[in-house]
Amino acid sequence: MDFATIIQILDSAVRLMTPLLLACLAGLYSERSGVFDIGLEGKMLMAAFTSASVAFVTGSAWLGLLAGIAGSMALSLIHGLASITFRGNQLISGVAINFLASGMTVLLGIKIFGLGGRTPALTDGGRFNEVTLPFADALRDVPFLGPIYSELISGHTILVYVAFALVPLTWWVLFRTRFGLRLRAVGENPASVDTAGVSVTRLRFAAIALAGILCGLAGAYLATGLSAGFVKEMTAGRGFIALAALIFAKWRPWSALFATFLFGLLEAIANRYPNLDLGIVTVPSMFMNALPYILTVIILAGFVGRAIPPRAGGEPYVKER
Amino acid sequence: MDKMPKWADVILTPLISLLLAMIISALVILAIGESPTMALKTMVDGALGSSYGWGFTLYYTTNFIFTGLAVAVAYHASLFNIGGEGQAMVGGLGVALVCLALPWPHWGIALPAAMVGAALFGAAWALIPAYLQAKRGSHIVITTIMFNFIAAALLNYVLVNLLRPVGSMDPASARFPEGTHLPALTDMAAALGMEWGRNTPVNITFFIAIVACVLVWLLIWRTRLGYEIRAFGRSEPAAMYAGISPVRITVIAMLISGGLAGLMAINNVMGESERLVLNAVEGAGFIGIAVALMGRNHPFGVFLAALLFGFLYQGGGELALWTSIPRELIIVIQALVILFTGALDNMVRMPLERLFLAMRKRGDA
Repeated sequence: MDFATIIQILDSAVRLMTPLLLACLAGLYSERSGVFDIGLEGKMLMAAFTSASVAFVTGSAWLGLLAGIAGSMALSLIHGLASITFRGNQLISGVAINFLASGMTVLLGIKIFGLGGRTPALTDGGRFNEVTLPFADALRDVPFLGPIYSELISGHTILVYVAFALVPLTWWVLFRTRFGLRLRAVGENPASVDTAGVSVTRLRFAAIALAGILCGLAGAYLATGLSAGFVKEMTAGRGFIALAALIFAKWRPWSALFATFLFGLLEAIANRYPNLDLGIVTVPSMFMNALPYILTVIILAGFVGRAIPPRAGGEPYVKER
Repeated sequence: MDKMPKWADVILTPLISLLLAMIISALVILAIGESPTMALKTMVDGALGSSYGWGFTLYYTTNFIFTGLAVAVAYHASLFNIGGEGQAMVGGLGVALVCLALPWPHWGIALPAAMVGAALFGAAWALIPAYLQAKRGSHIVITTIMFNFIAAALLNYVLVNLLRPVGSMDPASARFPEGTHLPALTDMAAALGMEWGRNTPVNITFFIAIVACVLVWLLIWRTRLGYEIRAFGRSEPAAMYAGISPVRITVIAMLISGGLAGLMAINNVMGESERLVLNAVEGAGFIGIAVALMGRNHPFGVFLAALLFGFLYQGGGELALWTSIPRELIIVIQALVILFTGALDNMVRMPLERLFLAMRKRGDA
């Protein structure tokens, strides 16, 4: 394996980790506020569909992005209604949202475009184009650093850079602002926040809305950045890998970056080497695909650093009895 | 004192939730420019209008009874087992290994052996999440989701690399020997001199599923273990105070749950396809969640809800065949049923409770 191949694999890992990172940060806001969100998959899928549809009809990727956010947000509101307003089971609501997205996207896709659930392939304006960073071409020939800058760092769509920028931003919001402090408090001990005169309901809805926006970005990136259009079930379990990454990262933004990079890298390696020959054993691609899940179970088991979720996670808050 | 009479809790709320789900589904059908009444008529005709339709409806019902019971048993111990899909997949592997291991002379011998294989493999797949929940406090919902994906990868590997016959391109096992062929309901009807449900997959497993309902009812409400499971599900501290071991109950409840999910493979793998194919479960594990919620975790309720979903499944197939409504409508209906009977339960319950309280006050006055 030479240097150019490594750069290519890393480049592919960056592309593949972006939807995971966005969805993982979405889950981070939601779960830090005490609302479990296993509906990340469904929200991403819905966003991928709405963004690809609108991008195709209008020819604008940016309008598609807005539509993606709207589609994801609609499901977020259902989740909020069920799990915050009516104090229902957050896990069951998440399961329902995943099925709702899985059914509605294909149902609408077949009805609108008649292509068996796909949207027509997006052409130039409907997709997010690759951004060439300044001097990327000029520096291409510099040894070692040149390829890293021009191939790995430059040449991604705008959403990739947005996703990376959201990591420090999320850290700052969560740990350096009043809103973040309250958000974390409401996930640990909602009664204390309530006693301080801050609305638990409003905070949790805010967190869920943020999750909706981020899942919208993730879905829009899948359909209008990574590929050119929507395909049935195109999220393919990425929402659950993002959930796994969230646990792997122990609900922390910077760790989320590394966890999603690791999982993106695994996917990139599995794509490039379907049967990875390590000399002694040949690792089948199925194992590489299952590795994020296996690693998460090991982390959850607490054998390698324990993952402790926000304490009030999963419990609806009852103000008075 | 309860706010509502028991019948309202057990029958009225799920029915209203179901009605709401159906109204929204009708609106969805209207929104895509089709007629809900036509759709309903097509579904009823296709699923219940002939013995052929019934043959498929009952076949799906059998699958959903097993996965529904699996979710229900775990739920009584307040464990939410989303892993039915993976457990049923691995149960299928157990069935395939048993069926392919010996040249079985007669299905009467092969069936019990295959049932043991299915239940053992399904239970084994639930064991690790159960153990991790009981001993390490890892959330069972997350671990069972992860195990669904690991099961899919495992099955993919086993079918492509180990069980695939030489020269075959298809990721599927070899056909099971003739001696493992389960009698279909249509054969049984023919033996009685009736013609019923030709070319339909429903088989003897349907009766096993009904027996399983009765056994689960006995287990939950008539045995000491069932009492312990329910006590643990209601209140863990109270159960511990009464000397019930949380670890033991968590593991046992999940083993039973996984075993029931695994048993589904008798129907789809041994009864229908007679070989192990990729994605044999086809989402039945997830439908089990809707079935258990709808059936209020009671075996009889699970049976009725499984019948309803069997009807929806077969009817949905007919819709795709005869109208321009895609099959995925069923997934939407399924999602709405889970949403209304599961997550939005309080939306129906709270006004109903208020109504009953108001009525009682008027009665007292």
